[in-house]
Amino acid sequence: MDPKIISIIGAAVAVSFGAIGPALGEGRAVAAAMDAIARQPEAVGAISRTLFVGLAMIETMAIYCLVIALLLLFANPYVG
Amino acid sequence: MDSSPLVSTVLFHIGPVPITRPVVTTWGIMLVLTAASWLVTRRLTLHADRRQAVLEGVVTGIMRQIEDVIRKDPRPLLPLLGTLFIFLVTANLSGVLPGTEAPTAKIETPAALALIVFLSVHFFGIRAQGLLGYLASFAKPKLIMLPLNLVSEITRIFSLMVRLFGNVMSGEFMIALVLALAGLFVPIPLMALEILLGIVQAYIFTILATVFIGAAIGGVERG
Repeated sequence: MDPKIISIIGAAVAVSFGAIGPALGEGRAVAAAMDAIARQPEAVGAISRTLFVGLAMIETMAIYCLVIALLLLFANPYVG
Repeated sequence: MDSSPLVSTVLFHIGPVPITRPVVTTWGIMLVLTAASWLVTRRLTLHADRRQAVLEGVVTGIMRQIEDVIRKDPRPLLPLLGTLFIFLVTANLSGVLPGTEAPTAKIETPAALALIVFLSVHFFGIRAQGLLGYLASFAKPKLIMLPLNLVSEITRIFSLMVRLFGNVMSGEFMIALVLALAGLFVPIPLMALEILLGIVQAYIFTILATVFIGAAIGGVERG
């Protein structure tokens, strides 16, 4: 097969499967934060700050996949 | 697909150095921020008028956020982190204006900012704990953690860089794709979302830099 076609398929697979894990993780994190805020509404500041930082950490995984996909599409070292 | 998000348009050359559009945008942001800071701090009085009240609100707001994280006097860190936050908000939002390109949507600006954070982590760490004390803090809680701590110094700065770059760039790229597919007014909700995400990313970058520096000066757990 043409390496270009393989690169495009690889990019699509990287983004689609790489989004599953972070999506599940972020869902669990937000659900836990909602639970915590419902139990202790006065701690909303500390909880949401920690939540944002944690979400950013989880989201990095999806961003890595996106960067890999963009490298495959636009800066592929194996396509001349 | 003609425009790759990984290369930027070259506007002109100074000698052999190509000057790209994000660089010119950065110069514009620097000019605007410097002029605005000079204008609002020109006449500071004890009884704040409206302009000074806004300024004091911004500064004390940033200071309180830093203090919440490091649980120490935030004053030594305020110039660096406050500048970082204000620059990042302006830079992330500058992509909305026509004719400009957000500097943070290219890999170079996040890389430079992450390098600044990397160097200042060690600077503040050595200043707070002394050289030997700071070096010894890498071997805590046990000596076996030393390689892991050294690796995490590099990887967390790298992920800081890639996170900012990936988020801002993917937002702009998405808007460009939708614009090419759907037409004129369809990307407007996406642009509104992008404004929100830009501010959130600036906040996250600054908070993570604060956490890293706070860990180096011994206030919070190593992130």
